[in-house]
Amino acid sequence: MTGKTNLSIKAVGGTGSSQVAEFPYRETRLAQSADKQVEFRSIEKRYGHHQVLSDLSLSIKRGEKLSLIGPSGSGKTTVLRILMTLETIQGGSIWIDGKPLWHEERNGQLVKASQQHLRRQRAKIGMVFQHFNLFPHMTALENISQPQRIVLGRPRVEADVQALELLDMVGLRERAHHYPAQLSGGQKQRVAIARALAMKPEIMLFDEITSALDPELVEEVLNVLREIGRTSDMTMLLVTHEMTFAKEFSDRVLFMDGGRIVEEGEPDQLFSAPTQDRTRSFLRKIIAAGQRI
Amino acid sequence: MTFDFDFALQVLPDLVRGFAITIQATVGGSVLALALGLAFALANRSENRLLRVCSGSASEFLRRTPLLVQLFFIFYVLPDVGIVIPPIWAGILALGLHSSAYMSEVYRAGIEAVPKGQWEAALALNYHPVQTWRRVILPQAIPPMVPALGNYVVLMFKETALLAVITVPEAMNTARDIGNSTYQYTEPVTVVGILYLLISIPVVLALRFIERRVHQEAA
Ligand SMILES: Nc1ncnc2c1ncn2[C@@H]1O[C@H](COP(=O)(O)OP(=O)(O)OP(=O)(O)O)[C@@H](O)[C@H]1O
Ligand SMILES: [Mg+2]
Repeated sequence: MTGKTNLSIKAVGGTGSSQVAEFPYRETRLAQSADKQVEFRSIEKRYGHHQVLSDLSLSIKRGEKLSLIGPSGSGKTTVLRILMTLETIQGGSIWIDGKPLWHEERNGQLVKASQQHLRRQRAKIGMVFQHFNLFPHMTALENISQPQRIVLGRPRVEADVQALELLDMVGLRERAHHYPAQLSGGQKQRVAIARALAMKPEIMLFDEITSALDPELVEEVLNVLREIGRTSDMTMLLVTHEMTFAKEFSDRVLFMDGGRIVEEGEPDQLFSAPTQDRTRSFLRKIIAAGQRI
Repeated sequence: MTFDFDFALQVLPDLVRGFAITIQATVGGSVLALALGLAFALANRSENRLLRVCSGSASEFLRRTPLLVQLFFIFYVLPDVGIVIPPIWAGILALGLHSSAYMSEVYRAGIEAVPKGQWEAALALNYHPVQTWRRVILPQAIPPMVPALGNYVVLMFKETALLAVITVPEAMNTARDIGNSTYQYTEPVTVVGILYLLISIPVVLALRFIERRVHQEAA
């Protein structure tokens, strides 16, 4: 049941629609160039008959700070969720550090990834969600400490110290023993960021992490992001509606529409001199809605 | 009809002894039902289709047939194929199996009430599926289930009276024996009824209290 064929392998799907895609075996053997940490190759994502991503290709360099912008429903969240293995794909392949995400090489053949392989790949990635998803039955400290203990096997003392340091960094040390229900949205999101950082990921994914917050709480969360951007060389992939922040923060901005990447460029270029009509009309709407870019 | 208090007092010790067996059967049956119900609920969500189908049909079967039939089957039919189970254990087995099928529905609803984001956060943190269940999902799912599970325990407590038909000397059986030998049924049966009330009323009140607490915490 390893699905060994020389010419093609099946795109795997644990959940959702399990259409089968095939891609040439030869292509999967092409070496990745060294500076590409993440690569999406011709990704197809469908929910039933609803095509969400079409032939989407993207590479991300190690240490790059990349922002994804685009209208609602364009597939930005889906890109992050696919990389986090929260969604399966119906076609194409994802590569992290030169290894495919959903497949692994065994005896010179690419076969469906084992759970160990998936867990090894997943360990490199952390994610912060729009709605925080803190564990409500654990204190802020325990939210950050428990994953280190049970996933990374760190001793409790070490995990707690690490958690307190991170709480310090996000300005919440004195809230260590509060439960999520006792924290404001901005505070919850800062704890969630600390929790993801504690796992020492190489790649961090942020999905509209300020859009569920009251306006006056947005800045405290963005400040934490700025701090991380300044002090770490993690690869960061950010979905955001905050254009000013995307502009100041990122090395590169991607504009998505209808499940495709329409345009990409350095922030100055993309925001001030977009080349595509769709990008221009999106940015006009953003400005009309009152945002400064 | 007169109620003979002296006679009632005289048979009380025997009835209390019977009642101890009633309680044993309830506790045994509940432990079995709570564990098996969770197992059914987990199996129903398994990725393995065969496991899902098996546990689904087993729990369906247990809910669609009367407890009395299940009791008779375990105690009188299984010995024909060489499986002989002492009456009290047969009773516990039948009570536990029967309620587990209902409790699995409570577990199912409780598990489904845990937001999808909790599963996703656990996966993103690279929790092993077993860790996700143990550390994230069940600790959130179980407290709100306590009142509903408790109601099934109370229901089982009352159904233990059925064990009389498989010769378990629980309270009701004891009362009937006393009645059969003295031709006085009123006193022993009344006392048994009162004993049931003495236990079930406080338990039900406690469950209501817990339910209110759970709702307060959710709010
Ligand atoms: N679980 C799902 N089932 C069916 N369709 C889905 C599902 N999740 C997302 N979609 C659809 O996929 C498309 C892309 O969704 P996605 O969430 O990636 O968009 P987005 O760019 O993040 O939008 P937003 O800015 O509103 O967050 C949308 O049309 C959405 O309706
Ligand atoms: Mg989104």
